[in-house]
Amino acid sequence: MPPALVSEGDGPQFCCAGCRTVYDILQSNGLSQYYDFRERREAAVRSSGRTFEEFDHSAFGELYVQPAGAGLSRTELYLEGVHCASCVWLVERVPLLLPGVARAELDIRRSLARIEWDAAAVPLSHVARTLDRLGYSPHPFRGVARDAMRRREDRAMLTRIGVAGAIAGNVMLAALALYSGEFSGMEGSYARLFRWMSLGLTLPAVLYPGRVFFTGAWAALRTRTLHMDLPIALALGAGVTRGAINTITNSGPIYFDGVCILIFLLLTGRFLQQRGQRAAADAAELLYSLAPTTARVIDADGSERELPAVALLPGMEVVVRAGESFPADGHIAAGETAINAALLTGESRPVSASRGDPVFAGTLNVTAPVRVVVEESGETSRLARMLRQVEESAQRRAPVVAFANRMSGWFVAVVLLLAVITFLLWYPRNEASAWDHAIALLIVTCPCALALATPLAVTVAIGRAARAGIFIKGGDALESLVRAGDLVLDKTGTLTEGRTALVTWRGDDSVKPLVLALEAGSSHPIADGFRRAWPGLVAPDPSGVSHHVGAGISGTVTGHFVVVGSPRLVAQHAHGGEPLLAHLAGQPLTPVLVAVDGAVVAVAGIGDRVRTDAGSALAALRRRGWRTTLLSGDDPQVAAAVGQTLGFAADATVGSATPEQKLAFVHERLGRARATRQPVVMVGDGVNDAAAIAAASVGIGVHGGAEACLATADVYLTTPGIEPLVRLVEGAARTMRVIHRNIGFALCYNAVGVALAMSGRISPMIAALMMPASSLTVVLGSWFGRTFDPTPAPRAAETVPGDSRVEVAA
Amino acid sequence: MSVLFIVVPLALIVVLVAVVAYVWSARGGQFDDLDTPPVRMLHDDESSAKRP
Repeated sequence: MPPALVSEGDGPQFCCAGCRTVYDILQSNGLSQYYDFRERREAAVRSSGRTFEEFDHSAFGELYVQPAGAGLSRTELYLEGVHCASCVWLVERVPLLLPGVARAELDIRRSLARIEWDAAAVPLSHVARTLDRLGYSPHPFRGVARDAMRRREDRAMLTRIGVAGAIAGNVMLAALALYSGEFSGMEGSYARLFRWMSLGLTLPAVLYPGRVFFTGAWAALRTRTLHMDLPIALALGAGVTRGAINTITNSGPIYFDGVCILIFLLLTGRFLQQRGQRAAADAAELLYSLAPTTARVIDADGSERELPAVALLPGMEVVVRAGESFPADGHIAAGETAINAALLTGESRPVSASRGDPVFAGTLNVTAPVRVVVEESGETSRLARMLRQVEESAQRRAPVVAFANRMSGWFVAVVLLLAVITFLLWYPRNEASAWDHAIALLIVTCPCALALATPLAVTVAIGRAARAGIFIKGGDALESLVRAGDLVLDKTGTLTEGRTALVTWRGDDSVKPLVLALEAGSSHPIADGFRRAWPGLVAPDPSGVSHHVGAGISGTVTGHFVVVGSPRLVAQHAHGGEPLLAHLAGQPLTPVLVAVDGAVVAVAGIGDRVRTDAGSALAALRRRGWRTTLLSGDDPQVAAAVGQTLGFAADATVGSATPEQKLAFVHERLGRARATRQPVVMVGDGVNDAAAIAAASVGIGVHGGAEACLATADVYLTTPGIEPLVRLVEGAARTMRVIHRNIGFALCYNAVGVALAMSGRISPMIAALMMPASSLTVVLGSWFGRTFDPTPAPRAAETVPGDSRVEVAA
Repeated sequence: MSVLFIVVPLALIVVLVAVVAYVWSARGGQFDDLDTPPVRMLHDDESSAKRP
């Protein structure tokens, strides 16, 4: 299971229900030692317990379901929590046990399950419930229709690459024989055999896999734009024509080996690029999959029924149970609860809400059921608006591509101009050689190496980075990170660990069991923090425990009356807390006092701990010239305190920023940086950062981030901490050096080639050798260029010694 | 050396067979998903009869 999804220290977590079953069996047979011997990699199994009735609604069917023939329907569901071999087994086998399910197939890389079922025999909601019970919460995936088309495209592309590769290899073999023949002498009949063989092989290569370049060039011509395909098509056409003529007349060079290799390498490069762009397109779809899809509507007669969230209308009343997400924007009509709005605000502490308070789609109802009157739903809800912003921001990033195309346009224009000049220079002297030289120029300057330089180097670098725990989705991210610019960091979950933890403890160790005894039975986040902090401690049983809502807890433990809670609560039962409280002054921590038999004996600082590597990583980045800004949705005071400990300037610390403000902030920085072409990098972990992450020149999602955030990020880190940022920046710089070196080589080759061709000195040998040789240099340069350190990153230190610090179970 | 006139076309036929095999497997969707099948291999065959 990918470490990005593990939330540390939350007790046993499982990648899937299969592993959990195994765990239970091992536990019940006293074999739990097994888990001490393996690296722990865990995540929670969550079964949402929803009914998924909306999956059977006709509105749902129109959007997500396609006919699959023979009375079957087909849909694709995005499953949360799919990670390992047993997941595949469960997802592909268990639904088949339902009568009417014909097919269940899982694509583990994209977490997409493709289900084919007989709608008359079994409703889709039943299948969805089955998957949900296994711990894979299903979400509808909008890309069903596009997926089939994409699969066809992929297959066609792979076929083209394979055919081109096979032909290129064989033409190279023939070329090898011909070149050695040039040196050692070869009988004319054998030379003719190999020349004709090359011609016979090259023609299908140009006509079938190579056709894409001609159609691309033709499209460019019709729209009157200069496209990279144009010189490629010209070079291919010129090479094949000239080669064919020379084969028939049995004189002069044949350029077939160069032509075939060119087709093969260019197709490969294009395929790699295309796959990167697909990942980005999928990301946008994923966002919609994660939005809440169902609502429980209360009719006028008081009965409840489930409706798809998109079908909600303003004025409807819905009931939202504890642990569910709100399906629409509205206000509470009845009930009192706590709401976790982390999705929108990034503030992970639940906020209490009661009658009349506004609620927003996507936020989580934590404690109690409430009735909500719908005001905005579907496309007009705040969540949908935010997701749209994310999508728009992601699309706006296209200018990088536009720039590359403009560059190649210039290149094309220069090459064509040079060819014309060559022709005109030689024409007065000798018409035949003028044609020869102009064609030679076109072939020699073919932008093969130039077109390959970037995708190859980037692909190799991305592969190496992935092994080092850094997932990079596109090459532009590496390109942008080379220059130091603005680095905007989210606080909660990015610089800090993002959950309530015991940060400092002042008091005697003997008090700890007493505190734990009281907290053991509480579900409050603070109690959780205590339990995580002292996992090995044995707590005695308390008696007479009473919970003081919002203040603390008290009870009798081993004969002592113990109070644990806010200073106000403890002051009612004990005295003498002030000197202990003074220790916490000025820190972004919530104080919790402990009183035993009427005397305050200990104080605990509860808060969100700053990651241990944040300070050094930020310092390293600042040394490289990055301007760091802390942009938090949290309380300004807390943001300021964390900012101060990490060395942010006072004016570079922004608190209580809404997702919209975060987006605006990034836009403002982008506008300011446009003149200098410096990047604006946004680092975050929550859905509330997603829009800003998508808008930034480079968006980075950190370890443990929300799926929507990881989906929109250009880069995400799979090892905890933000130290990988430093490695990312260093690796990007090295990758760009490799790219520049590649382009430099390619341009040098072209310059020499142009000089030779224009002066009419290009010999058949040189022309034929220069084309593949330049590509080969680029391939080797990309492969051996040192970019990312392939050794896996050392795990960030998670245990900090000292009484005041807390050990975090990994 | 004139054996080349036979061997080279023969070699090309072998290449053609390989290419056809590749095209057949690519069109059949064998390269669509390279991550799941290696995992699927680990499953027992007991219920394979139920799979279409």
